[in-house]
Amino acid sequence: MRTLKFMMAASAVMVAGTASAQTQLSLWYHGAGNETEAAILNSIIDDFNASQSDYAVAIESFPQESYNDSIIAAAVSGSLPDIIDVDGPIMPNWAWAGYMQPLELSDGAVDNFLPGALGYHNGELYSVGLWDAAVAVFARKSVLEGAGIRIPTLDSPWSKDEFSGAIDALAATGDYDYPFDLGMAWGGEWYCYAFCPLLESFGGELIDSSAGYQNAEGALNGDAAVAFGDYFQNLFQNGMIPGTNQDGADRDRGFLDGKYAMQWNGNWAALPAVEAFGDDMLFLPAPDFGNGNKIGSASWQFGVSASSQNVAGASAFIEFAMQDRYLADFTAGIGLIPATAGAAAMTENYAPGGAMEIFFDLSNEQGVLRSPTPAYLVATGEFEKAFRAIADGGDVQAALDEAVDAIDSDIEANSGYGMN
Amino acid sequence: MARKSLLSSHNTAGWIFAGPILLLFSVFMILPFVMGFLLSMTNARLISPNPPEFVGFSNYQRMFDVAILTIDPIRDEAGQIIYDEGGQPTYPRTRNWTRNKEEYPQFFRKTEVFRFNALRGEKRKNVFLAREPSFVHAMKNTLFFVAVVAPLQSFLALGLALLINQKLPGINIFRAIYFMPVVISMIVVAFLFRLVYDAESGLLNNLLGGMTFGLIEPIDWLGQRSTALWAIIIMSIWQGVGFHMVIWLAGLQTIPATLYEAAKMEGANGWQRIRFVTWPGLRNTAILIMIIITMQAFTLFVQVAVMTDGGPLNSTTSLVYEIVRRGAVQQQLGFGSAMAIVMFLIVLSISLIQQWISRQRS
Amino acid sequence: MNGIIQAATATPKAREAVLFAARYLPLLALAFVFLFPILFMLMSSFKPTATLLQHSNDFRAFLPVPLNELSLDNYREAFNRAPVRLFIFNSLLVTAITMACTLFLASLAAFALVFLNWWGRAVALSVILATMIVPFETRAIPLLLIVNNLPWFDGNRELITFAGVSLKGGWFNTYHVQIIPFIADALSVFLFVQYFKDLPKDLVAAARVDGANWFQVYARIVLPLSGPIFATVAILKFIEMYNNQFIWPNMVVQTEQYRPIMVGLQYFFQLNTAWGEIMAYLSIISVPVMIFYLLLQRAFIASIAATGVKG
Repeated sequence: MRTLKFMMAASAVMVAGTASAQTQLSLWYHGAGNETEAAILNSIIDDFNASQSDYAVAIESFPQESYNDSIIAAAVSGSLPDIIDVDGPIMPNWAWAGYMQPLELSDGAVDNFLPGALGYHNGELYSVGLWDAAVAVFARKSVLEGAGIRIPTLDSPWSKDEFSGAIDALAATGDYDYPFDLGMAWGGEWYCYAFCPLLESFGGELIDSSAGYQNAEGALNGDAAVAFGDYFQNLFQNGMIPGTNQDGADRDRGFLDGKYAMQWNGNWAALPAVEAFGDDMLFLPAPDFGNGNKIGSASWQFGVSASSQNVAGASAFIEFAMQDRYLADFTAGIGLIPATAGAAAMTENYAPGGAMEIFFDLSNEQGVLRSPTPAYLVATGEFEKAFRAIADGGDVQAALDEAVDAIDSDIEANSGYGMN
Repeated sequence: MARKSLLSSHNTAGWIFAGPILLLFSVFMILPFVMGFLLSMTNARLISPNPPEFVGFSNYQRMFDVAILTIDPIRDEAGQIIYDEGGQPTYPRTRNWTRNKEEYPQFFRKTEVFRFNALRGEKRKNVFLAREPSFVHAMKNTLFFVAVVAPLQSFLALGLALLINQKLPGINIFRAIYFMPVVISMIVVAFLFRLVYDAESGLLNNLLGGMTFGLIEPIDWLGQRSTALWAIIIMSIWQGVGFHMVIWLAGLQTIPATLYEAAKMEGANGWQRIRFVTWPGLRNTAILIMIIITMQAFTLFVQVAVMTDGGPLNSTTSLVYEIVRRGAVQQQLGFGSAMAIVMFLIVLSISLIQQWISRQRS
Repeated sequence: MNGIIQAATATPKAREAVLFAARYLPLLALAFVFLFPILFMLMSSFKPTATLLQHSNDFRAFLPVPLNELSLDNYREAFNRAPVRLFIFNSLLVTAITMACTLFLASLAAFALVFLNWWGRAVALSVILATMIVPFETRAIPLLLIVNNLPWFDGNRELITFAGVSLKGGWFNTYHVQIIPFIADALSVFLFVQYFKDLPKDLVAAARVDGANWFQVYARIVLPLSGPIFATVAILKFIEMYNNQFIWPNMVVQTEQYRPIMVGLQYFFQLNTAWGEIMAYLSIISVPVMIFYLLLQRAFIASIAATGVKG
C-alpha cells in the first residue's frame, strides 16, 4: 500500500500545486514492486518539491517487464510524461525516434560522473544515470585457492586459457552442479549487457562501429564472433554452465547455496554475496579473451521527453537528483555503483577499503557501451535469440548469420537510423 | 406462413436493437482490422522520424520469399564423399550461397529452416531456405500445434465425458475437479507449469522418477527441441479439456436412453452401441468442438511468452508470438500487420472448409 | 495376475469390491492429474521459498507440511509489494461492468437478428461471426491508435479545436478504456442467437398481436425464458475478462490506480524471483474465480453444456 499512499500524497501535491501556480512535472519510473527503490526516489522528489516553488514532480511507477511497452504506447499516443527513465543502450533509439530531447544542465554538472552514466547521442547529452552497474566474476577466495587457481586482478586478468583452466579445475573438484553460471534464466536485456562485451573481447562486435553502425555483417558473424560462439557453446555442451532452462530462483540462489562455483553477475547482487561469504568473497574482472577485458556499462538513466514543455524544470529536477548524497542513498539502498567518486566516498561499501570498492574500478576501467545506435533496440533482441540458439546447441555460424540478416535488414529499412 | 408475417420488415427496430453492438464491432473489431490491412502495405514503424511509405505487397512477398538449394556432399580429389567422425557425409556451408549477392541473388540473406534428401543424386540434400525463417518456424509450429491439439483434445474430452457420464455416486465431484483448470487464467497456469516442467527440481520429473523408482531420468521438458512444443501442447490440453468435456457431456445427454435400449434389444455390444448410437448422435457436437478448438489453438501465445520465448531453436515460436515480437517489440508495424492478415486468412479458410464439410455431411 | 483376479472375484462381495475399485481408480488418478499444479500452488503459498523449492522434489509439495514453517508471510509480503486490494477491485469492477454490458447489448442484438427482419441482417451476422477469428493480439496496435483519438466527456487532451470549441478525448488511464472495446464479443452474440432460434416463435407472434412493442416482447417474453443462456454468457465472459487483462492494460493504463490484477504479477519479477510470494499472488488471482466456480458449480457446468446442445 506504500505506493498507493504515495499516490494519494502525490495527488495532494497536485492540488496544492494548482493553487500556488506551480508547474506540474510528471516522472515515470520502471521500479514498481521494489519498495526500497521507490522510497529513495520519493524522498528525492519530496526534497525537490520542498526546495523550490516553481515545479512539483509527481511519480508514476511501472513494472520493469512492461515499462518499455508503456513508453512506446505513450509515445504513439502522445502522452509521455516530462521526465522518463531509460535504459542506457535504448536511449539512442528513443532520441532518434523523437521521444526525447537533450538535457539543459548547468555547465560542469556532469564533470565528475562515470562515463557509463552519461548518455550521449549525436554529440548531445540526453540522459544521466545516478548510478552505473558493473558485472564481475563472483567467486570465493577459498574455493579458487583450493583448486589452485590464480586470482586475477584488473591489471592482470585471466587469459582465455586461464579462464578455461579455472573452469576445468572447478569442475574436476566435483563439488558443484556447475563450475560457472552465466545467468541464462534472465532474459531480455541481460543477454547483450552481459555477453556483448565478451564478444568484443573476442574481437567481434554487435554492430560494426568502424562502418558507422551501418551493418552487423562481418562484426557479429565474422571469425571472431564465431570463435566466441563456439567457445561458449562448448562450455554449455560440456555441462559447465546451466543452459537456457535455468530457473530464476536457481540463478538468484545458486552461487550463495554452493551449487555454482563461480557466477557472472552484477553489483546489484553483490550485497547478499558479501553478507554470505564476508572476506572470502571476490569480485573478479572479466577475462581477457584476446582484445582486452571488457564489461557493459550504462544502466538506467533519467532524461526529458520530447513532448515536455518544461525542459528547464525537468532538467532542474534531474540536476537536483544528481547530488552526491542521493547517489549515495541509492547505493546504500540497492547496491548500485554511485556515479561519482564523491558519492562513493560517502558509502560504506564503495568507499576506499569497502567490500565492493572494486566495482567502481571495474566499471571505470573495463566499461564499454553497447553499440550506441538506434539500431540497438532490434539488435539486442536478435542477439538474445542467437545466443539462446547457441546455448541450445544450434549451429553457431547459422545463428549469427540469421541475427546479422535481421539486424541489417532493419537498419536498411530505417535508412541507416541517421547515423551517417 | 405466420412466420413470414412476423418477419415482414422492421428496419427501425432492428437497427435500434442491433445498432449499439454493431457500432462497437465496427469501431473495435473491424476498423482495427482494416487499419491493420492498410498498414500491412506500408513499411510503417511504430514510431519513427521517417514517414511510412506505401510498399504494396512486398511485406507479403518477403514472408513467402523461400527457395530450395540443392547441395552435394563434399568430395575429395578422387571423387569420394568425405565423411565426418560420426560417419555422416559432410556438406558445404549454405552461407557460401546465402551471402553471395552477385552470383546467387535468389538465395541472398536467406536462412536454412530444414533440409531433406533429394530424390536424385547420391547423398544429395535439398535445403529449404527462407528470408523470414522465424515466420516459417512460427507457421510450422502453429499448424502442428493445431493439428495435434484439435483432434487430441476433442478425443480426450470425449473420453472424459464418457467416464463422467457413468451413473456412480459422487461422480459430480469428479466432474467439478476435471473442469477446475478451465477457470484458471492461462497466465497463471503457464507460470505454474514452469515449475512443473523444470529440468532439475520439476514436479513432473519427480513424480515420474518416484513412480518408476528412479528409472526415468530427469527430462528437460522445455529445454529441448523434441519435447518443448509437446510440453506446451500437453499443458494447453490440461487447461482446456474440461471445457470441451462438458460440451460433449451435454451432447451425450441429449441422446435418448430409448435408443440405447433398442440397440441392446437387437443385441448390440458396448462398442457397437458407441459406434452406431452414440457417435451419430454426437455429430453436431463434434463439429462445434472441432471449430472452437481450432480457433482457440491458432491464438497460441501466452504459453510461449511465459514459458519458452519461442525457443529452444525456434521450436515453440507461434504466429501470434511472432506478430507481437515483430510488430510491438521490434516496432516493425507494417510487417507485423502483414503476418496478422495472413494468419486471419488461414483461420478463415480452415473454418470455411470445416463448415463446408459439415454441410456436405448433413 | 489373472490368478489373483480370479481368486479375488471368487465371492460376489469381493467381486463387487474389485469392480468398485476398478471404476473409481481411473477417476481418482485423473482427479490428481487435474489438481496437482493447483494443490502445489496453494500449499506452496504458505511455505518459505527455500522450503517450497526443496519440496518440489517429492510428495510434500502437495501437503501442508512442515506445520511449523507454514505462515501467511508470503501473503503479507505480496500485499506490501503491490496494492493488491486495489488491483482486485479494479479487475472485478472492469469485469463486472463489461459482463453486464455484453449481456444486455448482445442479447438485444441477437433478439433483432433472430426475430426481426431488417435490411442488412444477414450481412451483420456473418460479419460478427467473422470477427471471432481475429485474435486480440493482432488488433492491439491499431486499437491503441483508435482509443487514443476517441472523444470522452472529460478527456485528458484536446482532439481538435474548431471555431473555438474543442473536442476532448483520449481514453488512456481510465476504466472505460478497459471496458468498452471488449463489450462487443462475437461468441456471446452467437450463443444468444443459437438459443433464441429454438424459442417458440408463436409466443412472440402472439405478443405482437396483443399490441406489445418489440422491446416489451424482448423484456417480457424472451428474457424470462432465457435464464440459462444469460448464465452461460455471464460466466464465460467473466472468466475470459478476469483472466486475460494483461496485454491491453499494459499499453493503455499508465497509472497504478487503474491497473488490474494480472498486470500486478510483473511486480513480482523485479530483481529477485521469490517463488513463495509469486505462489501467494497466483493464489490471490485464482482463488476468487475458483470460489465463484465452486459456489455456482452446477449452474456453471450446466450453462456451458448449453453451448454444445444447440451446436
